[in-house]
Order: sequence, then C-alpha cells, then structure tokens
Amino acid sequence: MSSWIEVGLVEDIPVLGARVVRNGENDIAVFRNSNDEIFAVNDSCPHKKGKLSQGIVHDKSVTCPLHNWKIDLTNGEALGPDIGCTGHYATKIEGGKILIELK
Amino acid sequence: MKEKLVVIGNGMAGMRTVEELLEIAPDKYEITVFGAENYGNYNRILLSPVLCGEKTIDEIMLNDEQWYEDNNVTLHKGVKVTYVDRKSCTVTADNGTTQTYDRLLISTGSDPFIIPVPGHDLPGVIGFRDIKDVDAMIETSKTRKRAVVIGGGLLGLEAANGLIKQGMDVTVVHLMDCLMERQLDDISGEMLKKSLEAQGMKFKMKSSTTEIQGDGKVEKIIFSDGSEIETDLIVMAVGIRPNIELAKKIGLHCERGIVVNDTLQTYDPKIYAIGECIEHRGMLYGLVAPLFEMAKVCANHLAEYGIGIYTGTVTSTKLKVTGIDLFSAGDFRGDETTEDIVVRDASRGVYKKIVIKDEKIIGAVLYGDTIDGSWYIKLMREATNITDIRDALMFGQGHLGDSGHGGNVVANMSDDAEICGCNGVTKGDVVNAITVKGLFTLEDVRAHTKASSSCGSCTGLVEQLLETTLGGDYAAPEAKSICGCTEHSHDYVREQIRNQKLTSISDVYKKLNWKNNDGCAACRMSVNYYVISTWPEESKDDYQSRFINERAHANIQKDGTYSVIPRMWGGMTTPKELRAIANVAEKFDLDTVHVTGGQRIGLYGVKKEELPLIWKDLNDEGLVSGHAYGKALRTVKTCVGKEWCRFGTQDSTGIGIKLEQLSWGSWMPHKFKMAASGCPRNCAEATIKDFGVVCVDSGYELHIGGNGGIKVRATDFLTRVDTEEEVLEYAAAFCQIYREEARYLERTAPWIERVGFTYVKESIVDDVEKRKQLAERFKFSQKVTRSQDDPWTDRSTNGVDAHEFTPLKVIG
Repeated sequence: MSSWIEVGLVEDIPVLGARVVRNGENDIAVFRNSNDEIFAVNDSCPHKKGKLSQGIVHDKSVTCPLHNWKIDLTNGEALGPDIGCTGHYATKIEGGKILIELK
Repeated sequence: MKEKLVVIGNGMAGMRTVEELLEIAPDKYEITVFGAENYGNYNRILLSPVLCGEKTIDEIMLNDEQWYEDNNVTLHKGVKVTYVDRKSCTVTADNGTTQTYDRLLISTGSDPFIIPVPGHDLPGVIGFRDIKDVDAMIETSKTRKRAVVIGGGLLGLEAANGLIKQGMDVTVVHLMDCLMERQLDDISGEMLKKSLEAQGMKFKMKSSTTEIQGDGKVEKIIFSDGSEIETDLIVMAVGIRPNIELAKKIGLHCERGIVVNDTLQTYDPKIYAIGECIEHRGMLYGLVAPLFEMAKVCANHLAEYGIGIYTGTVTSTKLKVTGIDLFSAGDFRGDETTEDIVVRDASRGVYKKIVIKDEKIIGAVLYGDTIDGSWYIKLMREATNITDIRDALMFGQGHLGDSGHGGNVVANMSDDAEICGCNGVTKGDVVNAITVKGLFTLEDVRAHTKASSSCGSCTGLVEQLLETTLGGDYAAPEAKSICGCTEHSHDYVREQIRNQKLTSISDVYKKLNWKNNDGCAACRMSVNYYVISTWPEESKDDYQSRFINERAHANIQKDGTYSVIPRMWGGMTTPKELRAIANVAEKFDLDTVHVTGGQRIGLYGVKKEELPLIWKDLNDEGLVSGHAYGKALRTVKTCVGKEWCRFGTQDSTGIGIKLEQLSWGSWMPHKFKMAASGCPRNCAEATIKDFGVVCVDSGYELHIGGNGGIKVRATDFLTRVDTEEEVLEYAAAFCQIYREEARYLERTAPWIERVGFTYVKESIVDDVEKRKQLAERFKFSQKVTRSQDDPWTDRSTNGVDAHEFTPLKVIG
C-alpha cells in the first residue's frame, strides 16, 4: 500500500537546500536543487548515518557533512567508488506543493 | 548522433586520455582504439618488476578487455594502422579495417633505438619495451646463462637487474664513464656502480659496440677497442625514438616527435597527439609522469571545454632496483650561475646534492637516502624561496619546524600506521589501492580510499605515498586545481576574483568556465570564502555554500546533535554567565558540560530545533556565539597577568579581551586562535597559537604561525612593540594578510611555511604603510559585513534562517 503525502511547498525549501520531514522514528530529507527539482531520501548516510539533510547539495547529489560521501538523490545510491544505498522516495510537485510517496 | 573518436595506440597515454574523457564527457564520442600489441592496456613502467619475477602480467594490467566492453570502447588489438586519409578522415589498418573519425588521437609511443651495427638483426638481439621483450628475456634465461645489456641508463640497469634475478650472468656495456649520466653526477654514478657490482652486475664502461657476430643467433659482441664478450642475449637499451613513422607518412609536421601545441593539438586541427611520440615546446618526454598531465589537458580539449593548457613537466627519476635508493630531478649538474649544497657520507653510503639558483632549488641528486626526494621536487615545482630554510634543507623536511603532517616521513611508517585520521585510512590501505587499482593521482586516492578527503591535513603524506609507491611515475600537478569541477588552482581563482571583480559564486563559475553549474562541496565553500573576503562590501555570503556548522552556527556531532559554546572574552567569565549556562544545561537536559581547551564551556547533545531556544536564554544573560564551529577567530586564551600574578608584567587579560573584541566574528581561511601571556613563562601557551602575545617588562612580544594539533609548530617571533595600540594594529594586519592570501582551509602555519616567514615579516613589520592598510581593511571588513552582530541573536530573536531549525512537516 502506498500513499502520496503532502509535505509542504517548494518555496519552503531553499534552492540548493534541504528540509526534514519527521516520519515517526524515521527522518526523511527533502532536497531542492538549482532546477527546482525535488528529491527525498532517508536522512541517514549509508556510511555512518550522517544527516544528509545537513549536507551541501549540487546537481542531483548531496555531500554528507560527516565524511564527504556523495549520495545520488535520484536513487539514494552512493556515488564514485563508495558502495551503499539509503532508501529513497518518489516525489512529485502539484501546484507548488510537494508530495512524497510513502510505502 | 555521437561524434567518432579514433585512438591509434593502446598504451598508457592514449588510454589515460580516454579515461579522462569518459569522466568529463561520457556521451560525446563513439570511441575506437587500435593497438599493435596483443594485450589490453598495461602499466609499461612495471615491466621491470615483471622481469624480476616480483609481479605478474595480470598485476600490471590497467584496462583489461572487460573494461573496453563496459565502456563501449571498440578495441582492435594486435592491429597496426597503416594509413590515415586526412581528407576523408579515414583510418586504415593492416587487417583491412577502415574507420572514419571526427577527431583522431595519435599515441603511438616510442620504439627502442637499435644501434645499426652489423649483426643487430640476429635472433637474440632485443629491446626492452614491451611484454614480448620480457617474455623473450625470461625464456632465454631458462636455457642460457650469459647476457649483455647495452646502455647503462635507467632502462638498461633495470633490465640487467632483472636478468640477474633470472639467474643470468650480465655485463652492462656503457658508452660513457658514468652510469645514468642523464640523472647522476660522477660521484653518485660511481656509488651506484659499486652497489650494483656488489649485487653481481659486471660493467664495461667507455665502450662502443662495432659488431655482433653469430651463426643464426647471437654468439659474440665486439667492441671498438678490439675486445669481445661471448653472450647468448643482447638487450639494447640505449634510448627510445618517438614512433612517428605513421605521422610522417600522412604528412603531419614532425621534428624529433609529432609537434603539438599547448593543447596537444597537431598541425591538423582534427588530430591530437600525446605521450612519448610528441614534441612539445622542443621537449620529448620518455617518462610516464608527464603523460597524466598531458592526458588531462588533451581530454579537456577533446571534450571541447577549451580550458587547460599543458606547459611541460618537471620530471624526476627513481631507479626500480631493490636495495638501491636513488633519486634525481631537474638540473643536477649546475653551472657557473648556480651553487651546490652537498652532503657525502661514504660509510653510510649516502650522497645528497642540491643545486640552487637565485635561492630556488633547480635540481637534486640523492643517493642512499631518498626520503626527502618528494619534498625537494615540491620545492622545485613551486619555485619556493629557500632562504628561510636553507640551514635545514640538507637534513630534510623532518628537521624543519613544520606544521601539519609535514615532518612525518611515510617511508619509515609501518603498514598499519594511520595516514588519514579523519577517515581511518592506513598506509597499507593507500599503498594497496595505488598498486591494485592502478591509481596515479591524489584525486584517485581520495575517491578510492577517502584518505585526505576530509580535513586535508594528510594531503602531503598521501602525495609522499604516491611518490614512493609510483616512483618517478608520479607527477604532482604544478598547481593543484581546487577540485574536479575546474582546472584552476586556488591562487588563480582568487586572482581572477580580484582582477575581474567577481562578486558571486555564479559569476566565478561562469567567467572561469566551471565544468558544472553548482560546483561541489569543496569548491563552493572555497569560492564563497574568496568572494566574501575579497569583496566584503559588494558580495553577499552564499548560505548554501557554507558547511553545516556555519549555517547552523553550532558544531554538528557524529550523532547529528549539536554543541553550544558561548564566548568568554579573554577567558574571563562571571557568576551570572555561569548561572545562565548551568540553567540551560538543566532546562534542556544537557548531560555533557565540558571545559574546552580554549577557556570556555561547551554544552553537548543539543537537538537542532532547540538551538534557538538555548541561544535566547544565553543571549538574555549577555552571552554570544563563540564561533567554536567556524573557520573564524575562535578564542583568545590568557593568563591573569600582572593584576594577580607576582610574575606578571602587563595586563594580559586586558589585551586578550581587546584582541577578541577586535577580531571576533571575522571569517578566516581556517580556524584562528590567539593567546596572551603575562610574562615569558607563557602560561597561556601563546607560542603555539596563530597569533600570540607574550608580555615582557618593556612591552609585548608578538608571535605568529603556531599551532597545537597533529604536529605542533611553535610560532615565529615577529617583533616587539611598546603599546597595546600597536599590538592591536599588528593583530589586525596579520589577520587580514592571512585572510587575503592564504588558501581556503590552510592554517597560518603551513601558509607561512609556503610563502616564507620573511615575506610575512616584511609585509607587516618593515612595510609600515602596508601594515596600516591591512589593519584598515580588516576593520572595514568587520564593519561592512556586520560580522559582530551576534549570529545567535539573529536566529533566536530576529527570525533569521528559521527554516534551518524547524522540520518541514511532522507526519506519522
């Protein structure tokens, strides 16, 4: 069972920035890049659980603040020679509102 | 429709270019490679260890056939290109294959030079160039015992060493009376000869070959003095010739090699050439190190990015013979305009010679102790003025008052020694990655091991490991680019920001042709700093290009919580402040309350959402941010000075507070610490701070460029002044010259070692006008950037950056 949940407006997230959605115990990091695309991944780096929402966003990736792993925001996979994946969520924008698919 | 790129030559130069190209423009070309050898691309410089039996062919493969498949590169191996029709842009090979191109890359390498004496074409006369030659040598050694190597250069000696390891009796024939005369002077050449003789190598010096005799195969070699040696194998290693046969045939302009410009383009604009087959600015390169610099530039132009030029390479040489340490670089002979510094210790078997011109190193020969080779070549490449370190130069980097990891010598470390403390990477990890994964550059090592990718303080160590592992095959780039997003160095970018008045990151990226719009975490933080420090009034700080600590104005901890450290001016506090700290600690359940090394109190385990609430409570009692999280002025540590101490000479707490009031809130290239001690007993440890004041009876001694940390560096004594006003002026001037000239993430200690203490002293002690201007600029920057508006108050009371501290939404 999956459902689309509205979490806020695109403009609530700064360009090249991120906000956190609290989902019970689990934090979801929601990103906005310079093309106003929105991505959502678990707010936990596959390396040592660094908070990806606190990283620096570039293109379609984020650099974790703890040890500089780069994570592909489209699928949650670590980029470059690093191996690991954090869960990701489908997103869509409807009338300026951000929706995230929860499964 | 993809364009077509054809590469002639499947060696290290061509394939490195293809790899660089795939990295930056993976979809631009359909790539076809022709290679005359029957293998994938292998590391030719490791043929010596293969001959010695220390490595196998599989271990020296750089790109196996799977690689070509995975990257959609078509490989025609064992196929020789016979003609290129430049009008129709078609390549023809000896097996009848034809292929059209939009761009052509020629990387045909070089051939061993075979001396055309009678008998040179007899079976048993070979070069030392490829896998086939190595196979022939190993095969011969199984049944035959005698070998002659012609040529006492690097390659010849490695071949001879390998043949001895295979059990052969080897004589090296050399035309000159000094071995490796292109790398060694007479003394070191003689030391090398002695060591090799001790390993069983025989020499016939000052001899030229006139004839090779044999019946159907090599049997005897005859020299010009009439002497002769019986032998079963002759290896000619007298030099290489650029392989330009094809280029000449198709009418490309060649001198000794294929002539290329600084973008590696030949006289035919569609054709590029790279590697040992080219001639660049009149130079031929026979070592592998320059290839990597060329490949980067060439790939950049093939991708049509149009930036980056190749200006030549300073090369160094290391002999890959077990038990012999030898290093040579640059102009090691010198002439009447140069001077030598020489150390010679015959019983230890050590000889070192450094050639100096105009106070800069231009060449070096090291024998027996080569540990500092990488340091000398760095000083050469960076054209460092050695006036300040002249007395310690010969004794090596370990004898300098050095900063960071500089003084640790990696060659002496054990494999489990930790190189990168941030990411827990050991020496063994790095060396293993370099050899197994075929890494050649600092960026490669960073990507694969994470070493040197966090705080960067171990960069020097990683470079030393590359140097010692790869030997002469490692070329430190002349000026390192900031990151993979650009070819430009820190210094160049900053110069352009100043000259072109670039006041935003996006301006910089556009004007300087960044490879991508957003940059990356590394360059955004650096460029943001350069922009705001160069144009304090005209530029705007880019929030999203700040590390999280400087966005949240608190230090992120490993569990995602934050720490709060309020400022305690000059290390002084009051019962009221202490009560306020105690109150928030209790109110917000903060169990960890720590007295920091900088005379302050830290609260740990703070949830991000609660930061503004805590700051509000602290603000209400007059406490402000301590910037313990920033690349900024941290603390000014003091002792109680003459007010209380019976030894105190001046009011050290007073001057400490004034220094802190002057400089707090200013962004710096890295963290910046000060201290003021009331007497020479120096209880505030002022001589390991970035700026230290030691009070004396007659005034104030000023010290700069110290740090505690990984490797302690004591300060350099700057000058002595009479008044507090002067202390403050010097402090402001020093902060500003550091802010304007050090690279981002470079602390004062390595910066001063890089530019020289003399330069800094001249700028702020001798040049009164410059000092006053620097101090003025510092105060101006403090004022216009409103850097002393407390960032905590802005966020706790004035609603700045509220999004940073609240979740977007709470669900479930």
